[in-house]
Amino acid sequence: MTDAIVVEGVRKRYGDKSALDGLDLTVARGTVHGVLGPNGAGKTTAVRVMATLLRHDEGVVRVAGHDVRTQAGEVRRRIGLLGQHAAVDEELGGRQNLEMFGRLYHLGARRAGTRADELLERFDLADTGRKAVKLYSGGMRRRLDLAASLITEPEVLFLDEPTTGLDPRGRAEVWASVRSLVGAGTTVLLTTQYLEEADQLADRISVVDAGRVIAEGTADELKAKTGGDRIDVVLRDADRLALVASLLPGEATVDTDRRMVSAPVSDRMAALTETVRALEAAGVEAEDLSIRRPTLDEVFLHLTKEHAA
Amino acid sequence: MSGYVLTDSWTMTRRELAHWARQPVQVVVGLVFPVMLLLMFGYLIGGGRGVEGAYVDFLIPGMLALTMAFGLEATMLAVTQDLNKGVIDRFRSMPMASSAVLVGRSFADMLQSALGLLVMIGVGHAIGWRWNGGFGALLGAVGLLLLLRFAMLWAGIHLAMVAGKPELVQAVQILVWPVGFLSNAFATPESMPGWLGAAVEWNPISATATTVRDLAGIPDVATGSWAAEHAALLAVAWPLVLVAVFFPLAVSRFRRLGR
Repeated sequence: MTDAIVVEGVRKRYGDKSALDGLDLTVARGTVHGVLGPNGAGKTTAVRVMATLLRHDEGVVRVAGHDVRTQAGEVRRRIGLLGQHAAVDEELGGRQNLEMFGRLYHLGARRAGTRADELLERFDLADTGRKAVKLYSGGMRRRLDLAASLITEPEVLFLDEPTTGLDPRGRAEVWASVRSLVGAGTTVLLTTQYLEEADQLADRISVVDAGRVIAEGTADELKAKTGGDRIDVVLRDADRLALVASLLPGEATVDTDRRMVSAPVSDRMAALTETVRALEAAGVEAEDLSIRRPTLDEVFLHLTKEHAA
Repeated sequence: MSGYVLTDSWTMTRRELAHWARQPVQVVVGLVFPVMLLLMFGYLIGGGRGVEGAYVDFLIPGMLALTMAFGLEATMLAVTQDLNKGVIDRFRSMPMASSAVLVGRSFADMLQSALGLLVMIGVGHAIGWRWNGGFGALLGAVGLLLLLRFAMLWAGIHLAMVAGKPELVQAVQILVWPVGFLSNAFATPESMPGWLGAAVEWNPISATATTVRDLAGIPDVATGSWAAEHAALLAVAWPLVLVAVFFPLAVSRFRRLGR
């Protein structure tokens, strides 16, 4: 089976600024691939290239088996796009939008209408009537946008920071929709700044910085890549944080708000007993003590810092 | 894909009609503004322009041509606003005919202009404009006016894509007015300094206005210059040249968005 998305050595320059600097990406069919990176890492540029909106300078991009440069029409037939900004007509109503897009996908007038109704029902927008999209809440607008991306049940769906600017409820709604899509066999490429989002949704993750992939793997693999387990010590007394940080092995980080010291460990059990002893000897009272895998946040900071160095 | 140009363009036209239905006040304002100009020039500034016969007979064909030309601004503004909306990304990522966004805009604007012409002709009739030509001549005049509008439309679309941002439209608006007024819409070129009068006669707006006046059977105001003598030819040729230049430029520029 061929891969749904193949990106090889893609470069895109704006003047003398490089937005994509040799980007490589392979996404297997029917999987969710997370593209994770800070602002300005080139995530949106990459999506725009893959969705035929932007022409790259160098490299090869194949989406759903077709070259985005020479077979843009074929690619467009097979993709859906949810960009960062709502790509719907804000002056019109939800149904008007979906029906218009359905016609433009050449479903025919009648099928466009029934498809619009199906999607409105599925995304819980059936009662919006003629209300203009500009009067929708952020979550509703995103759901309509997502509905518009799914009119033809695309093989590949691009989601560019799908939950940016949404409240927790809107975010949960979008996540639920994405999960149900994946069950139906759609390949999803998702860009995000939220590590939790990639952790929750993506099968594999590419960490992107300065226009290229600096790490790739499953969430667990990426976590393992950055120093393995960590020990967290939560104290009653915030004044003792610095003292505890000096007792722990390795480079400890201090979170004053949560009264927590965190440090990398190699041997889980040995680290636990040693820490308990050290705390006892120093006469420090711990409220909580735990050993855990690093969060993607830590992995991300580690990777981007390493890359910058 | 190109087989869908007409279907897709019609879908895009319907989109604009749906916008009208939601913004009826805007549509009415768009229709009333040229009428206001017409009444202003007819009653406030009218008379004493060195024109034989009733000034209104001279003025109205000029105002019609001028309104068509000023349509450039409306189109340009609408296109720049559209291009800066997120929905354009969706259109561009869909397997639709890529020119449909522009062609649909042109259909809608032509419809709006035809409606505008109808209203102005009606108001003109009400304030005493006489049409001495036949019905065929009237149709011919409307056709020429719409042809001018069509040319200005594609110039507007192209300029919109060159300008990119709605703010830059203002700069063009400032330029459109002197170009519009440097025509024979309000006054005969003979009443102007010689060099200016000659330039004015070559203005596409003048060519269309003069031809419409001829078709209306208004006493000839043309002087002996080549441009004035061949106004009808220019009234056809000017718009065709403008369309031939700006239509391909606009479409290819739209296709190259994102390069």
